[in-house]
Amino acid sequence: MKKLILIVLVSLIGISVQAQEKKSKNKAVEFKVSGNCEMCEKRIEKAAFSVKGVKSAEWHADHGDIHLIIDENKCSKEDVAKAIAAVGHDTEFIKAADSVYEKLHGCCNYERIE
Amino acid sequence: MYKNIAFLLFFACNFLYSQETLKGIVLDENNQPLFGANVFWFNTSVGTITDENGTFALKKSSETNSLIISYIGYETQRIDVTSNSISVLLKEAVTLKEVTVSKTKKSTEQSLYKVQNVQVMGQKELLKAACCNLSESFSTNPSIDVNFSDAVTGNRQIKMLGLTSPYILITEENIPSVRGASQAYGLSFVPGTWVESIQITKGAGSVINGFESISGQINYEILKPVNDIPFFLNLYASQDKRYEINTHFNNKFSDKLSSTLFLHGNTRNGKNDMNHDHFLDAPIGKQVNILNRWQYNDAENGIVSFLNVRYMNDEKQAGTLHFNPDTDKLTTNAWGSEINTEKIEISNKTGYVFPDMPYQSFGFQNSFQSHKQESYFGLNQYNIHQKSYYSNLLFNSIISNTKNKFTTGINFSYDKYEEFVAVNFSQDFSRIDNSVGAFFEYTFDNLDNFSLVAGARVDNHNRLGTFVTPRLHIRYNPWKEAVIRASAGRGKRAANIFAENQQLFASNRNFSILNSGGKLYGLNPEIAWNYGLSFIQKFKLAGKDAEIVLDYYQTDFQHQAVVDIDANPQEVRFYDLDGKSFAKSFQAEFNIELIRHLNFKTSYKYYDVQTQFQTGQLQKALQAKHRFFANLAFETHIKDKGQQWKFDVTYNWLGKQRLPNTNSNPIAYQLNDYASGFAVINAQITRTFSSTFEIYFGGENIGNFKQKNGIIQNKNPFGTYFDSSLIYGPTFGAMYYAGLRFKIK
Repeated sequence: MKKLILIVLVSLIGISVQAQEKKSKNKAVEFKVSGNCEMCEKRIEKAAFSVKGVKSAEWHADHGDIHLIIDENKCSKEDVAKAIAAVGHDTEFIKAADSVYEKLHGCCNYERIE
Repeated sequence: MYKNIAFLLFFACNFLYSQETLKGIVLDENNQPLFGANVFWFNTSVGTITDENGTFALKKSSETNSLIISYIGYETQRIDVTSNSISVLLKEAVTLKEVTVSKTKKSTEQSLYKVQNVQVMGQKELLKAACCNLSESFSTNPSIDVNFSDAVTGNRQIKMLGLTSPYILITEENIPSVRGASQAYGLSFVPGTWVESIQITKGAGSVINGFESISGQINYEILKPVNDIPFFLNLYASQDKRYEINTHFNNKFSDKLSSTLFLHGNTRNGKNDMNHDHFLDAPIGKQVNILNRWQYNDAENGIVSFLNVRYMNDEKQAGTLHFNPDTDKLTTNAWGSEINTEKIEISNKTGYVFPDMPYQSFGFQNSFQSHKQESYFGLNQYNIHQKSYYSNLLFNSIISNTKNKFTTGINFSYDKYEEFVAVNFSQDFSRIDNSVGAFFEYTFDNLDNFSLVAGARVDNHNRLGTFVTPRLHIRYNPWKEAVIRASAGRGKRAANIFAENQQLFASNRNFSILNSGGKLYGLNPEIAWNYGLSFIQKFKLAGKDAEIVLDYYQTDFQHQAVVDIDANPQEVRFYDLDGKSFAKSFQAEFNIELIRHLNFKTSYKYYDVQTQFQTGQLQKALQAKHRFFANLAFETHIKDKGQQWKFDVTYNWLGKQRLPNTNSNPIAYQLNDYASGFAVINAQITRTFSSTFEIYFGGENIGNFKQKNGIIQNKNPFGTYFDSSLIYGPTFGAMYYAGLRFKIK
C-alpha cells in the first residue's frame, strides 16, 4: 500500500515537473524598450521579428512597452531583447552598445539611463 | 521673511540626506507652498505628493531623471533633475479649462499605409449631406458620382470609375446588400442616420466578399449598439414637401449585451411640377423602415456577435399630376406608376478571437433577405421577389508571424427570383441561382514601406459555371508621406438586365433580347478585368497640410450584357458584347487645410467609357467626359458647451454629355447630340447649440439649373416616342431644406 502511494506521488511529481517544463506556443510577454518615434517603432519591431518564434510584436511609443507573443520552444524574451539591443535600443534586460546607439537617426537618440 | 528662512533651512537640510534621495519644494508664483502637488518620475508610477510645507522627498529613479510636477489649476512642469534638491515654481494655468491638443479629424480619411485604395467617410462627412439615405450620402465625395434621378421614379444611381452601381459590390458590414432585385432602389432603403461610416475601395476589391465586384466596393457600417447613445432624433423637412424622421433608442442590458432600435419614416405628400411638364418632379410616397440590432460583446472570451432584424416597406407613386391609381392603374386614362417594395432581413455575424492569439480569429456571417417589388410604369409591369440566403465562414491567422497574415474561408449563396416582366411581351423569368466558393487571401507587410495582398477564390455557380477569381494589391511608400498603390483583379457577374435598368420601363421602348444561347435571360455572364494605379503625396504648402491624389483605373470587359438604347429610340436591345468595351478613368485631387478649420478639396475627373454597339463604337451616353468638383468646409472652434457653426459648400461641374440617338424621331421629339456642360451647387449650414442639440439648413442645386425636355412626348405618354429615361441633369430646380438633431447622452 505504501508503495502504491509512493508510486502515485512520484508520478504526480513527474507530471507537475512536466507541466512546469511545458512551454507555451503563444506566450504573451512584455518589457520596456527605450525609443522615441515612429522610426524607432519600425526598427524595434523589425528587430523583434528577426527572431525566430516571434509571432507578434507591437511597440508603443507612449509607454515604451513592447508586447510580444512568442513561441517559447523557439525563443525567449531575452533573445528578443538581445536582437533589439543589437539595433541600438536599450531594453529592460540588455543595453545597446554605445557605438550602435550613436549611429541612430537624431530623432531616435532617446534619453539613456546611466 | 520667514519664507526665506524656511528656504535656507530647507537647502541646508538637503546635505543631510543621502545621495539617492531627491528633496524638493513646490511653490506657487507668490512663493506660497503648494500642498498636495503630484511629483513623479516620468513614465513611471513612482511618485509622491508634497506636504503642507510644499516639500517632498522621492527616491531617485534608475529609469529616468525626468520629473513631472503637477497640481490642479497649475501648469504641469517637467524637469530634468541633475542635482539632489530642487525647487519648483508652478505657474497658475490661465484658465481652468481642459486643454486638448488636437487636430481636427478629417471627415474623409485616405490612409498611407493600407494596401487597398480605401477612403473612409466618417460620420462628419455623412452629416454634410443631411438628406437622407445612402444614395444621397456621396454628394460630397469626389470618387463617387451620383447620377441625377430619373424623371419619373426619382431614383438616383451611383457610379464609380464610370461604371454604374451594378458593377460595384455594395455590402453592409461585409454582407452583400444591394444586389439583384434591390439594385435600383436598394441604397435609398438605408437611412443615412443609421450609418456609422462608409469605406470606398476603388478598383478590384477583396476576394473575401465574393466575385462580383468589378469597379470597386462600397461597404457601410451600421451604428454599433455598444457605443451608441441612449436616444437620437433627426427631423427633416424640405421645400419639395419631403419629411423624414429618424429615432434611435439604445439600451445596454449589461456590460455585454446591448441593443438599438432604429425607426425611420419618410413621406412626400405634396405634388410638385416645377418644370411644368405635367409630370410629378419626384414621386410621392412613404416609407417605414425598422431595424432592431443586438450586440453581444464578451471581450474576455473574445466573442462579438450581432443580430439584425429588419423590416422595410416603401410605396412610391409617380407619373402625371392628375393620375389616380384607383381609377387609372394600367389604363390609358392617365400615365402613372406605382412602385411598392417590402423588405425583410435577418442577419447574424459572430466573431471569435483566440484569447492568447489576438491575430487568430473565426468569423461567421449569415443573412436571409426577402426583397419584394411590385410595380407598373404606364402599361408596363414589373414584379420581382428575391429571397436570398448568404453564408460566409472565415478564418484569420498568421504564417510564422504577423508580417504574414492570411484569411481563408468558404461561402454559400442562394437566390430565388420570382420575376415577371410585361412590356411589349410578357414573360416569367423566375429562376434559382446558387453558388458555393472557397477563398484564400494572403497579406504581407514588411512593417515599413511595402505591403501586398494577394487573393484568389474558386466558385461554382449554377449559371456562371466554375471559375477562378484572382485579385492583387500592392502598396509601396517610395519616400516620406507618399504612397503608390497598384491593383489588378477579375470580376464576374450575372447581369439582372431588368432590375438594373428599371428606368427604361418608364418609356415606350420595345424590349428585345437578341441572344438566346446564354443562361441569363439568354445572355452570357459578364467578365471584366480591372487595373489601377494610384499615388498620394502629403506635404506642407506654406505651412498648411495639403495632399495630392492621382489615380488611373481601367476596366476591360471580356464579356458584357450590352444595354443598347442608341440603335433605335423606340427600342432597347440587350445583347452579348461583340467587340471592345472599356472604362478608363483618371482623377486628380488636391486637398488643403487653408486655415485652421477651413478645408478645401478639389478634383478633376476624366472618363473615357466606350462600348461596341451594333451601330458602332460609342462613348457611353449620359456620362460626362470631364468633371470638376470642389468642396469648401469651414467650422468654428467648439465652445465650452459644444456650440459650433459648420458651413459646407460643394460645387460640381459636368462637361458635355453624349445623348442617346433620337434622330429618327419627329423633330419635336429629338434631342441634341450632346447636352452642354453645367454646374450644380449644394450648401449647408449647421448650428450646434450644445452637444445634444443642433439644427441644419441647406440648399441643393442653388444655381437652379434644370434639364429641359426631361420627358420626351410628355403630353402624350402613351405615344410612340414617350421616354423619361434620358436624364443628364437635375429636373427639379433649387430646393431648400431644414432639420434638427437631438441626442440624449
